[in-house]
Amino acid sequence: MRALRTLFAYLKPYWLPAVAAPLLMALEVAMDLAQPRMLQTIVDEGIANGDLALVMRTGAIMVGVALVGMVGGVGCTVFATIASMNMGAAIRGDVFRRVQTLSFANLDELETGSLITRLTNDVDQVQEASMMFLRILVRAPLLVAGSLLMAILTCPNLTWLLVAISPVLILMLVIVTGKAQPLFTALQGFLDRVNTLMQENLAGVRVVKAFVRSDFEKQRFSVANDDLTDSTVRASSLVAIVRPGMMLTINVGIAATIWFGGLQVQQGQMQVGQLMAFINYLMHMLMSLMMVGMMLMRVTRAEASSQRVLEVLHSEPRVQAPPGPTVMPECEGRVEFSHVGFSYDGEKAQPVLDGVSFVAEPGQTVAIVGSTGSGKSSLVHLVPRLYDVTSGSVRIDGTDVRQIEEAALRRHVSVVLQEAVLFSGTIADNIRYGRPDATDEQVREAAAMAQAHEFIEKLPAGYDTVLGQRGVNLSGGQKQRLSIARALVARPAVLVLDDCTSAVDMTTEARIIAALRNWSHRCTRLVIAQRIGTVMSADKALVLDGGRIAAEGTHEELLAKSPTYQSIVRSQLDGEEVAHV
Amino acid sequence: MSDKRVVADKMGFGPPGRGHLMGGAQRAADSRAAVRRLWAYLGPHRKGLVIGSIMVAITTGLTLVTPYLTGLAIDEYILRHDLPGLARIALLMVLVSVLAAVGTQAQTVIMIKVSQRTIRDIRRDLFSRLQALPLRFFDKHPHGELMSRLTNDTETITNALGETVAQLVSAVLSLVGAGGAMIWLNWRLAIVSLLTLPAVILFTRAIAGHTRQGFRDRQSSLGTLNGVIEETITGQRVVKVCGREQQVIESFDNANDRLRRTAIRAWILVGLMGPIMGLMRNVDFAIISGVGGWMVVKDLATVGTVIAFINYARNFTRPIHEIANLYGTIQSAFAGAERVFAVIDEQPEPEDAADAVALDKPKGEVVFDHVDFGYVPEVPVLQDVTFCAAPGQTIALVGPTGAGKTTIINLLTRFYDIDAGKITIDGHDIRHIRRDTLRRSLGIVLQDMVLFADTVRENIRYGRLDATDEEIEQAARLANADGFIRHLPHGYETPLTDVGSSLSQGQRQLLAIARAVLADPEILILDEATSSVDTRTELHIQEAMLRLMEGRTSFVIAHRLSTIRNADCILVIDNGRIVERGTHAELLRREGLYFRMHNAHLAALSGVQTTVTVPEGAPE
Repeated sequence: MRALRTLFAYLKPYWLPAVAAPLLMALEVAMDLAQPRMLQTIVDEGIANGDLALVMRTGAIMVGVALVGMVGGVGCTVFATIASMNMGAAIRGDVFRRVQTLSFANLDELETGSLITRLTNDVDQVQEASMMFLRILVRAPLLVAGSLLMAILTCPNLTWLLVAISPVLILMLVIVTGKAQPLFTALQGFLDRVNTLMQENLAGVRVVKAFVRSDFEKQRFSVANDDLTDSTVRASSLVAIVRPGMMLTINVGIAATIWFGGLQVQQGQMQVGQLMAFINYLMHMLMSLMMVGMMLMRVTRAEASSQRVLEVLHSEPRVQAPPGPTVMPECEGRVEFSHVGFSYDGEKAQPVLDGVSFVAEPGQTVAIVGSTGSGKSSLVHLVPRLYDVTSGSVRIDGTDVRQIEEAALRRHVSVVLQEAVLFSGTIADNIRYGRPDATDEQVREAAAMAQAHEFIEKLPAGYDTVLGQRGVNLSGGQKQRLSIARALVARPAVLVLDDCTSAVDMTTEARIIAALRNWSHRCTRLVIAQRIGTVMSADKALVLDGGRIAAEGTHEELLAKSPTYQSIVRSQLDGEEVAHV
Repeated sequence: MSDKRVVADKMGFGPPGRGHLMGGAQRAADSRAAVRRLWAYLGPHRKGLVIGSIMVAITTGLTLVTPYLTGLAIDEYILRHDLPGLARIALLMVLVSVLAAVGTQAQTVIMIKVSQRTIRDIRRDLFSRLQALPLRFFDKHPHGELMSRLTNDTETITNALGETVAQLVSAVLSLVGAGGAMIWLNWRLAIVSLLTLPAVILFTRAIAGHTRQGFRDRQSSLGTLNGVIEETITGQRVVKVCGREQQVIESFDNANDRLRRTAIRAWILVGLMGPIMGLMRNVDFAIISGVGGWMVVKDLATVGTVIAFINYARNFTRPIHEIANLYGTIQSAFAGAERVFAVIDEQPEPEDAADAVALDKPKGEVVFDHVDFGYVPEVPVLQDVTFCAAPGQTIALVGPTGAGKTTIINLLTRFYDIDAGKITIDGHDIRHIRRDTLRRSLGIVLQDMVLFADTVRENIRYGRLDATDEEIEQAARLANADGFIRHLPHGYETPLTDVGSSLSQGQRQLLAIARAVLADPEILILDEATSSVDTRTELHIQEAMLRLMEGRTSFVIAHRLSTIRNADCILVIDNGRIVERGTHAELLRREGLYFRMHNAHLAALSGVQTTVTVPEGAPE
C-alpha cells in the first residue's frame, strides 16, 4: 500500500476535514456501541424489576443517542467527501502540471492513451479509496475494536470466546487478500489484452476488412474474451469466500455464546440482558469485518492506480530547465549545430545522429533531405530542444539551447510537426494558438500564406467555423495547412517544418513554398523536404544518410557531387521535366 | 439530419462526427427493452440463474432462522434452565450457519459465473457486430466513443448482473421474510417497530431525486474535464511546441475545479444515506427495546421475542437501503446495456446475394459504368464516373484534395455501395461477387497504416496467414522493409507496442506494403501509399511496386509526377467527375486542368533558373 500512502500526503492541506471525519465517525461508532448496553439495562434492570419508567426513559435516551450518532455520521460524510474530492482535484492538477513539464522523450515513454487513463480513471480510484478510508475503513476497525471492548466489559466471562474467534477472522482476511492479489494482477493483464484488441480493430477497421480478416480477429478476440472471463470467475470466486466464511465463524460464535452464556445464566453468574448485549456486539463485529473484507479488494485496485499515478508524478522531465537561463529578448535566428550526437535512449543506444555540424545563417532556408530513418526529424527536433543532444551542442545566436529560457526558445522557434493536431474551438482560435494576441489581420495573413485562406472562406462560418474534437471534420491536407498557419502567425526567428505537407497536393505545396520564400518577415527556415522543388528554392540543403551529413550545399553543388542526392533527384525528375524548366 | 451538416458535407468536410447513438442519457429511456435483451442473453445461463436464485432464497431463509432460534433459546431454554434443549438448539444453530455459509458460497460462485459468461457473450456479439458493420458506421462514431461502449458500458452491465440479481433476490426475501417473521412473532410489536418505515421510504425517495441530479451535474463536469484532458494530452506535443502550457493548465484548472465542486455535492448526497439509515436502525432498536421491554413487563411479549425482533428489524431496514443503492446501479446498467445493444442492432454490411459468385484469380478487368455515389444521400460525391481498366493496366487517379479519388477506391473495395451505375470486375457486377473473394483479390495499401500490437513478423503475416517465415522475409525484402527491420532490436521478432508508435511513418508504410506484397493480389490499390516515405526510399519502393504491378491491374492515388507519368491512363478527377483522361503526354497537350496543375507545380521550381541535368548513369 506504499503508493497509496504516498498519495494520501495530498490530504495534508485538507487536514482539518480529514481529521474531523474520522473523529466524527468515532462519535457515530460510540453511539452505535452504546445501544446494546442500554438494551441490557432495559432487560436486566427495567424488565426484571418491572420498572416501566426506566424502560421508557432508557428507550428515549436511546433515540437521543441515535440522533447524536447520525450527526456524527453526516458530519463524517461531509468532511470525508470534502477532503477526498479536494485531494483528488489536487492530485489531478499535479499530474496534469507534471505532464506539461515533460519533454518529448517522456511522452514517448508514457503513451498518450495511458496518460489519459491515469489522469481520469486512476485518480478517481485513489479519490474513492480516500473516501472509503476516511469513512468505512475508519468506522470498521473502530467498530470492531469497540465491539470487542464492549463485549468484554459486558461479559468478562465470555472473553475467551472472542479471543478464539478473532484470529480466525483476521487470518481469513489476510490469506484471501494475499491469494487474491496475483489473481487480480493476472485479471488486469487479460483486461488489457481485450481492450488492446478492441482498440486495434477500431483503428484498423479498414485493414481488417481489406484483408478479410474478420474471422481471424473474432478468433483472437474470443480467446482473449474467454481468458478474461475465466480469470474473473477465478478471482471473484476466491474473494467471495470471505463473506460466508465470516458469517459462519460469527454464527458459530453466537451459537457458542448461547450455549456457554446460557450455562452461566442458569448458574446465576450472568443475566439475560448481558447475553443479549454480547450477541449484539458480536453481530456488529461481523458486519464491520465483512465490510473491511469488501473494501480491501477496492484498496488493492486503488493501490495499482496509485502506482500508475505516481509513475507520472515521479517522472523527471528529460529536458531540464537551465539554472540561470538566458532570456534572449531578441533573436537573429542563427542556428548552429556543432558535432551533435543524439540517440533516443541515452548514450549506449544506437545513435540516431552522429557528428552533425552545420550553420544556418539568419534568413537562410536550409532544406534537409535523406531517406526514412536517416535522422531528419530528430535533427530538427533538437533546435527547439524537444530533446536534448547526447553530445555536442545546438546553438541559437551563439547560445546553447540548453541555456535559453524555455519560453523564449518557444517564442523564437516555431515548429510544425508531422502530425497535424488541432484543438476544439474555431479555426481562428487554432491559428491563434501560435500567438494568442495575433490580430484578425495577422491570422488571415498566416492562413493565406499556408494556402488555407481559400478553403476557410468557403466554410459556412469562415474563420469562426467551430472544429470538432481534434479537427475531425477537416481533411488531412486542410489540417496540415492550418498547423502551418499556426506556426507562421507567431512570426518566429526560426521556423522548423518537419515534413508537414505530406497530405497536401503538389500544387498547393508549391504555393506554400513560394509564399514562404516571398515572406516579408525575415526568419531562418529549416525544412525537411520530400520534393526536389523545395531543395531548389532553398539556400542550401543537407543530405542526411544514416545520421550523418553526407553532403551539404546548393542544389547544383549537391547534384554535382552527391551520389545520394543524385539518386533522390532522379527519382523525381527526368529528362522530360528538366526540359520544361 | 440537420441542414447544417449537409452544408458541412458539401464543403468537403469529413463524415459527421456524432451519430444518433451519442445521445445516451444516464437513464435508460426504455428500460423494458433493455431488460428483455439482457434476459435473452441470460438464456443459456438461465439454469444457473434459477439455481442461483433458489440458493439465494434458501440462504436468506436460513439467515432469517438464526434470530428466531436465538429468541427461542432464551425464552424456552435459558430462562427455563433446560440444558439438553439448549445444547440441541446451539447445535441446530451451528448446523444452520454451516448450511447458510455453504449456500452463500455456492450461490455467489454460480452468480459470478452466470454474469461473467453473459457479459462474455455480449462482448463477443459486440465485437462480431463491429466486424460486420459497414465503414459508414465507423465514420459516424468516434473511436473513443465506441471504446467506451466496449469497456465502460460492458463493465457497468457486469457489475449490475453480478451483484444486483443476487442482492435483489436476497433483499426482497429478507424484507418479506423479516417482516413476515415479525408479524408472526408479535404483530403488535411489529406494527410499532415498522413505524420508522414510512420515514425511511419518504427519505429515500426525497434524497434519490437530488442524488440523481447531483450525479448528472457531476457527470457533465466530468465529461468536460475528460474532454479537456483528452484533447490536451493527445495534442501535448503541439502544446509544448507552441509554449501554451500555462493556458492549457488554466482551462484544466477551471474544469477540474468545477468537477471538484459538483463531485463534493453529489458524493455528500449519496453519503447521507448511510448515517440516516443508521439513525433509522438505531431508532428502531430503541423503539423495540423500549416498547418491547414495556410489553415484556405487561406480559404482551417474551424477552426472546424482543431479541429476535431486534435482529429482524435490522434485516428489514438493511434491504431497503440496499435496494435504494441498487437502483442507481441498475439504472446505469440499463443505460449501458442500451448503448451496447444500440451497436449490436446496427445494420451490418448486407449479406452477399444468394447468387453471388466467388472471384477466383480474376484477370483484372475493372469497369466503372456511370457510377454515382454520395456518403449522405443529398450530397453527391461522385457523379457519372465511367472508365475501364484493362487487365494489367496502371491507372493513376489525380486531382485536388477532396475531389473523390479515395471514394473511388472505397467503392471498388465495397467499403461503400454505389447509388447508381455499375462496377464490374471481369464482367461480374461486384455486388454479385462474394465480398470476401472480392477483397482477397484486391491488395490495398491504405492511407492509415494500422499495425497491430504483435511482432513485426506477425504484422506482415497479416497479409497471408499461412505464409512461411521465409515468404515473409521475402516480401519484406521486396518492399525494401527488410533493411530497417534487421536494425530493430529484435529484428522480425520486435514487438510493436502502442500500435506501432515506435516506428516512423515511413517504416510503417513499408510494413504495410510488405503486407500487400505477401497477399499477392490480382488487383492493386495504392492509396497515397508513398506520401510519407521520403524520395529515396520511394525510389526503392517504386522499383518493388513496378515489379509487383507487373501483370496486375493497379490503381494509384499518387502526388508524384514520376508515378503518374508511368501510368497507362491518368484519370483527372475534380468535384466528383472525371474531367480529363489520357496519358501524361496527351493530357499536357490538351492544356486543361492537368496541364495547369502540372505547371503550378513547375512554377514552384521556377525560382531556380538553371537548367537541371542529371548525370547519366549516376550511381545510386
